[in-house]
Amino acid sequence: MARVFSFLTATRGKGRLHWTDWVSYSYLIIGIFLMFGPVIWLVLSSFKTANELDRFPPRFLPYAQETVEVDGFEDPLLAFTVIDGDLTGEVVGQTRRAAGRAEIIVPSNPDERIRVTVDQLEPIEGISFATENYTDLFERFNFLRFFWNSTFITVTATLLMLLVNSMAAFALSKYEFKGRTSVLLIVIGTLMIPQTVVLVPLFLIVTELGMFNSLWGVIIPGAATPTGVFLLRQYMITIPDEILDAARMDKASEWKIFWRIIIPLSAPAIAVLAILAIMWRWNDFLWPLIVLTRTENFTLQLALNSFQGELQTDWTSLLAMTVLTLLPIAAVFMFLQKYIATGIASTGGK
Amino acid sequence: MARVELKQVKKSYGSVEVIKGIDLDIQHGEFCVFVGPSGCGKSTLLRMISGLEPISGGDVVIGDEVVNDIAAADRGLAMVFQSYALYPHMSVRQNLSFGLENIGTSKSEISEKVGQVSAMLQIDKLLDRKPKDLSGGQRQRVAIGRAVVREPRVFLFDEPLSNLDAELRVDMRGEITALHRRLGNTMIYVTHDQVEAMTMADKIAVLRLGELEQFGRPLDLYNQPCNVFVAGFIGSPKMNFLKGKVDADRGSVTLVTGEVMAIPTEGFSHQSGEEVTVGIRPNSVSLSEDGPVKIEVRSVEQLGGESYVYGSLKDGTQVTVHLSGQISAQVGQTLGIDLDLSNVHLFDSNSGLTLRAPNTE
Repeated sequence: MARVFSFLTATRGKGRLHWTDWVSYSYLIIGIFLMFGPVIWLVLSSFKTANELDRFPPRFLPYAQETVEVDGFEDPLLAFTVIDGDLTGEVVGQTRRAAGRAEIIVPSNPDERIRVTVDQLEPIEGISFATENYTDLFERFNFLRFFWNSTFITVTATLLMLLVNSMAAFALSKYEFKGRTSVLLIVIGTLMIPQTVVLVPLFLIVTELGMFNSLWGVIIPGAATPTGVFLLRQYMITIPDEILDAARMDKASEWKIFWRIIIPLSAPAIAVLAILAIMWRWNDFLWPLIVLTRTENFTLQLALNSFQGELQTDWTSLLAMTVLTLLPIAAVFMFLQKYIATGIASTGGK
Repeated sequence: MARVELKQVKKSYGSVEVIKGIDLDIQHGEFCVFVGPSGCGKSTLLRMISGLEPISGGDVVIGDEVVNDIAAADRGLAMVFQSYALYPHMSVRQNLSFGLENIGTSKSEISEKVGQVSAMLQIDKLLDRKPKDLSGGQRQRVAIGRAVVREPRVFLFDEPLSNLDAELRVDMRGEITALHRRLGNTMIYVTHDQVEAMTMADKIAVLRLGELEQFGRPLDLYNQPCNVFVAGFIGSPKMNFLKGKVDADRGSVTLVTGEVMAIPTEGFSHQSGEEVTVGIRPNSVSLSEDGPVKIEVRSVEQLGGESYVYGSLKDGTQVTVHLSGQISAQVGQTLGIDLDLSNVHLFDSNSGLTLRAPNTE
């Protein structure tokens, strides 16, 4: 803890702040604000009630009006403080409100109903988290179904992609064959074709193969990515050929060399690709939107989209589900981010 | 029997011929060293024997079998690589047992063999370490252990000591020779260091530009080099080469610098007027006041027990003199040298071949 503190408060100047301290700390603080501001706003907003979300000007923390229990009423009444008139300072419950007038009850005297104007009342508010936004997701919508679809697509597509890409990269980096360079150029060349251009042909193929409205229709077209092949190939090139020769002298088959030598030695690059693939698949929107049309096949991203109608948007559910969608990917990133740095750093060669 | 025989073995990359037809016969149990300057094709030749590099022509015979079309794994060889090529993600134990696992050896047998080999190479305390935690010498032992554990017919070493520091290299040299004595296998060893070749080999093959220059026992190569290249390559410091013309009647050579020196007439076939290169090793040269040839001292190396004087003739030809003990020569001084004629080599200046008549000894 002391080390964390001394790290966070490290300065260049001894005793007083050097001007570079000012610059770097303001840069970092602005950075934190820019990066985390929207996320924090999202998380707090997801705990606001629909009324609070509509409020202008918006407030940072989720507030909700407090209520009072009054004898004779089943439900608690909204609580107000009277700020004008005879009852000034009293906490009252409101029973009705219409056309600028409200009917209130003083809790100590539940039988008497008093009529006041609205501007005599001030709502009593406290911080309160509208957790029903979240519980609704499970009660009103099939959140677990969407979550399972997203997870299944992400995990399967990532595994498949790692397998296909690493085998392609192995061949392209360690075997001499005619046309190797052309194959590589074609693979890299496909990077230059925008996804939107191949969208329609890809859709036709997927439909033709009967994968329309099936999760496999999302998984299989993304199994081979030029980026992944290229990333892994660049890394595998740095594995010395002598190690492969040594394995060959040790009577290892080429398949065994792949599994026992190449894959473990490429682990950092594979980890990087795995993280990228998980993020791509999890956040993928356009292609699933095209292939998956039935609600039971929806991924989280598609479900989020369906909250946003042409005329009306279900903001409470949308925000809550956005938070839940963010969580797994954020967790993956937190645990694996160190591999990104080491992987990319060592991909460039030793 | 693991005799290794090469018959007109060739290798070319496209139109570039890197191995130009080599014939070689390595007997069972021999320690054969391929030596030559870098780029001479010695490593390529070794890889061709191993099967890692396909051959473009000729035959490689191991035992009594032509192995041209047999995969590297099935030739019954083991190789130690220059960079050790240990599997970095495996422990020493896994490195040693990987090859045995691949041929389906039982677990108990693997651990027994790994135990034996690691004890023999004194790496038994390192078995659970990863290669990156080992020193250069320890990695080298593991690499050798990985070869030994599979009990191959022939061991191939590709410059295994070139990454070690000088002291360790001398130790490992001794250990590899001891290993050879103990196991008695055929070993083929590639190096560019002629000291390694001289000290370790039963037979040396000197290669240059993809061709075999000479093949024989170390001292035969030293005493009777077949050409200027072998003469200059084997022996340290290098042999001195003096150019001149033969005067057969007087039994002498007139050097290009004008000095006349006697040469042995017996054992050499030469004619008057022929341009020759006189080769003489630094330890057959001595300093003498009235020596027939004068050199100007360029530098002096005093090692205490022995000294080297590096000088040059009038035309700039380098001459090295090896002396035992210490001397007091100054740079720039002119000294006379005397040549021990019984140890003179004569080469044809044009072809570079020796003029020694065959069967002189």
